Amino acid sequence: MERPRAVRARGITKCFGEVVALDAIDLDVAPGQIHGLVGPNGAGKTTLLGLLLGLAVADSGRLEILGTPIRRALDAPDGVAGFVDGPGLYPGLTARQNLAALARLRGRDPRGAGLDEALDQVGLTDVADDRTGGFSLGMRQRLGLAAALLTRPRLLILDEPSNGLDPVGARHVHRVLTGLAAEGVGIVLSSHRMDDVEALCSEVTILATGRVVFSGPLSKLAAENRELDYRLRTSDPARARALAEEAPGVTVVDDEVIRALVPAVDELVARLVREEIALRELTPVISPLEAAFLELTEEKG
Amino acid sequence: MTSATLARPAPLSRGLRFELVKLVSQWRIRLVVLACWVAPGLFVAAVSQQSTLPVDTLFGRWMHATGWAGPLVMLGFAGTWALPLLTSLVAGDVFASEDRLGTWRHLLVAVRSPRRIFVAKALSALTVLVLMVAGLVVSSSLGGVLAVGNQPLTGLDGHLLSAGDAAARVLLAWACVLAPTLALAAIGLLGSVLLGKSPMGLLLPAVVALALQLAQMLPIPVAVRLALPGYAFLSWNGLFTSPAQWGPLLIGIVVALLWAATATALAYVLFLRRDFTSVATDGTGKRALLFGVLPLAALLVLSVVAIGAATGVTGSGIGQDRVQRSVATAFAHLYRLQTGQLNRPDVTEAQLATTADCNKGGGRRDPEGAGNDWRCVVSWHLPGTTATGQAVYQLDLTPDGRYMADGDGPKEVNGYFLVHTPAGDAPNPLWQFDGNVALLQDEPKG
Repeated sequence: MERPRAVRARGITKCFGEVVALDAIDLDVAPGQIHGLVGPNGAGKTTLLGLLLGLAVADSGRLEILGTPIRRALDAPDGVAGFVDGPGLYPGLTARQNLAALARLRGRDPRGAGLDEALDQVGLTDVADDRTGGFSLGMRQRLGLAAALLTRPRLLILDEPSNGLDPVGARHVHRVLTGLAAEGVGIVLSSHRMDDVEALCSEVTILATGRVVFSGPLSKLAAENRELDYRLRTSDPARARALAEEAPGVTVVDDEVIRALVPAVDELVARLVREEIALRELTPVISPLEAAFLELTEEKG
Repeated sequence: MTSATLARPAPLSRGLRFELVKLVSQWRIRLVVLACWVAPGLFVAAVSQQSTLPVDTLFGRWMHATGWAGPLVMLGFAGTWALPLLTSLVAGDVFASEDRLGTWRHLLVAVRSPRRIFVAKALSALTVLVLMVAGLVVSSSLGGVLAVGNQPLTGLDGHLLSAGDAAARVLLAWACVLAPTLALAAIGLLGSVLLGKSPMGLLLPAVVALALQLAQMLPIPVAVRLALPGYAFLSWNGLFTSPAQWGPLLIGIVVALLWAATATALAYVLFLRRDFTSVATDGTGKRALLFGVLPLAALLVLSVVAIGAATGVTGSGIGQDRVQRSVATAFAHLYRLQTGQLNRPDVTEAQLATTADCNKGGGRRDPEGAGNDWRCVVSWHLPGTTATGQAVYQLDLTPDGRYMADGDGPKEVNGYFLVHTPAGDAPNPLWQFDGNVALLQDEPKG
């Protein structure tokens, strides 16, 4: 039997009064896929995540979550978890008490609900009995993720899960998310941090003013006909610059930065090697995703 | 992976437990609950040991005589200050706290039913409030009874209630003020839903209670007075007369419960209409404010009309006849009490055949309504003689019908002197006494 998609949205439109928050959005998320949702502020990311969590229903269009059509608000199926606008935590309760209260709310005995495992997975075991009122943003984010884990999700919706995370916290979160994806959990996350999206997501949807301006694999973004700036460092900068200036399709921006499409960069690298110039660094000044994001959203803006 | 079934909303019992856990996790709630169970007892016990009693507060002058005066003093204080503030603290914040913490979406995803969230929140606020009120009554009663004793209580018309009767009426009086407390709590829920993070949401019950108290201090028509949802904070006084003044008390309770039901229903409707996907909205806007306030204003108008039509009373309800009957009745009861304390032969109220002749402003003003210029000449028959005794009182009568009568001679009847009582020396009971004028019916002479 074919596994239904974690998310299948067609022509989703949502308005708040005269403001069109989402305009005919299509979205597909497969089980086991981590799908990034990026866009400038006000693009409609949180509204879309809210619809996926079942907080509201679209004005028009068709939305299926885990194969179940969503027709009314709060109609989300079992197995959908996550948060928008930050995790919901109660500052008077400890981390463990927050999770235990949620477990009881869902009819589970906290002793057998896997609280300790969830806290361990997100690296909060040491502060399990501290009140969350004193938690940093990053710790709150991780505890929100732990709360979602308690539900054994099949679709996880996360709004800016990397906000406020230190490198250790980020590693915990990345490990948890990749682990969940490996188990077949579909994950939709929004983020302003392109490095996170590139590190975690296999597919991405870019939103601008409520519309999808790109949706697909990250590799497709890089392959699209878009020039990028690359930092080029070699063993002989002067000769390398001369070669770059002669190379077709390559523009020298400054001493260490060139602008070109991927095929032209490939050709330049081959020439540098033939001239026995050692290549010490060749990296995009900004990531392909960030470049696409800026280009696509600025076009829309 | 197969297509999933829809998530079922969390049962109400689990939602209620969740809300209670959140409420009790707040330090301020824990502290206030603890204070409600400890402070009144200590206060009543401490005041009962003082030589100076809070005679400005109803039943305060009897705190040396019986432990049952303490919880009534506390009830007077609670109706004015404690209960409005407690409802603000609990009900006024129960929805707003989710706005402040930004947890609405989380809660909706977890519970999957705004209806159940509303009911669970309302019930949790009610539970904590009842716990606090129970603390106030149990603590103040224990403090009074342990410090002073389980003695009979002198009622508001001077008649003596047995200790058991006093205990029952104290509990009943506290139960009666649950109705206006519920009305304030419902207004708190409504404010909390309407105003979101705004501090006004939290303060609304206290502000409304203050406005109601101010209104009760004004010379408004009695139908309007009884139609205010806070009237039961005062009308429990009628339980301590003989016969009890049930009319104003029951009307006050019904009005308060109507306000509680209406405000809760409005809060419920507005809560269900709220859009939780919009981050910018933490309340339901100005239109909702209008939608929330107008129905309550309409309820007030309807209540005034209904009470006016049902009772037929007009004006302040404080007329010369009613004042005279109240003063005469209280004097007769207290005369018997004084007779006992002075070890004189017992007399009955019937033998005394007490009457009072009251005027206002020395007879130059219409004898109607509140004022501190009421003067009454009380006459009674001295048992065993044909002589008639007379005593003069100055009355400070407030618009809600309560008064303090101050003896103005002759000194040997209603002047200040100490009498011996089982609880020790006490001021002459006829020197100063509290009473109330029945605003609705003619008070039968007891």
